[in-house]
Amino acid sequence: MTTYRQTLEEAVVAALRAIAPELEPDALEPQLPLRNQVDLDSMDWLNFLISLHERFGVSIPEADYAQLVNLNDVVDYLQARLR
Amino acid sequence: MIEFKLPSLGADMDEGTLLQWHVKPGDAVKRGQVVAVVDTSKAAVDVEIWRDGVVDELRTQPGEKIPVGTVLATLREMGETVAPARALTTPRHPVSPSARRRAQELGIDPDTVSGTGAQASVTLADIEAEARVRGAVSPVTVSVAVSSSQASAPDRQKEMRKAIAAAMSRSKREIPHYYLSETIPMAVALAWLQQRNEGLPITERILPAVLQLKAVALALRRVPQLNGFYRDGAFWPCDAVHAGVAISLRGGGLVAPAIHDVAAKSLEQLMRELADLVKRARAGSLRSSEMSDPTITVTNLGDQGVESVFGVIYPPQVALVGFGKVAVRPWVEVSELRALPLVTATLAADHRVTDGHQGALFLAELRTLLQQPQTLIDAPGTLANNRGMST
Repeated sequence: MTTYRQTLEEAVVAALRAIAPELEPDALEPQLPLRNQVDLDSMDWLNFLISLHERFGVSIPEADYAQLVNLNDVVDYLQARLR
Repeated sequence: MIEFKLPSLGADMDEGTLLQWHVKPGDAVKRGQVVAVVDTSKAAVDVEIWRDGVVDELRTQPGEKIPVGTVLATLREMGETVAPARALTTPRHPVSPSARRRAQELGIDPDTVSGTGAQASVTLADIEAEARVRGAVSPVTVSVAVSSSQASAPDRQKEMRKAIAAAMSRSKREIPHYYLSETIPMAVALAWLQQRNEGLPITERILPAVLQLKAVALALRRVPQLNGFYRDGAFWPCDAVHAGVAISLRGGGLVAPAIHDVAAKSLEQLMRELADLVKRARAGSLRSSEMSDPTITVTNLGDQGVESVFGVIYPPQVALVGFGKVAVRPWVEVSELRALPLVTATLAADHRVTDGHQGALFLAELRTLLQQPQTLIDAPGTLANNRGMST
């Protein structure tokens, strides 16, 4: 059974793949830093956050960027704000 | 009758092979329509027509290898049914040999350019000025279409690598580079930017790279000898700063298409254009003016974590500005040790045009401007020294 968290995670990975089409979802380690694994520069990162904003309506302030290191962080962050 | 020519796509493209026509004689075409596919050393290029009209004659056949400036096809005006005889030949002015050569490279008919030389002769400067005017109105729009590419991805990679190698080998062979580096405190600029971004929706946020880009353009007013082209043994300065932004492509390779007239644009507009340019560069759809006319290159490798960049100038440009990572480091100010965000800015410049002293002035001005972010918001559009090539 697919949990809400899994659904969120799939949507986040889909947003990443829109920016980095070469990304293999299975190769992504959810505990390792995202920007290193996916080679996201600051423009990619901003576009990633914009697509999350469009998808979920959650606006992530710059001050919160530091909390969003790996995939789990991003999913936790969204989950907390979508309750 | 309108001549439709193969445009130039930068220093490393001097010919292409016509792969395919999308139109035939008698077809009505709309401005922006893709009419042909031309293969170049870098990519298969979707060539779009720059105006409405009716295709009269296709002058080039698929498979033909053609130099830049070759007439691909002729067009009639909408409603113009019969090709009119040329009633009056326009009076021709003398054209200097270097102007004629450059005009051919750019796909410009020198007889259509008004001359400012002796006896109204057309000079190299006239051709350059005309090219900029046409660039601004985008006479021919070309997109590098990776999707419609006839070659497979690895082949394209190989070709792009070859094109980069050719341009960079030429640079290292011909350009006597010198390199300078300067550490710039970013605390004031970043604090200003953070405050600005805080109150705005995510879609209106500006990246530090945009501040740096604008500061480069404004600093060039102080040292305009770094902005322009070196051709035929001489430096040709440009009034406007068309900053080539180095964009790495996923899967390897890079392009450095231009953002036009950076000094004249607001930070908001520069951010929008940069975002659009990165998106289109990675999707493989760029325009010919973006590919052919950057007057200086700016490269930012800070996101990859490097401290400084020692760049290779992209000919015929004469300078490249590099930025490394913005990182908090120790800094001494008025005998006080502080932890501040710092960035290393570097300049690679052409010794045939400038010396280290001018380069140092440029970096000092860049540092000063980045301490006064409010001066970057909007600023006069042209270089302070009006050096008259396009006037």
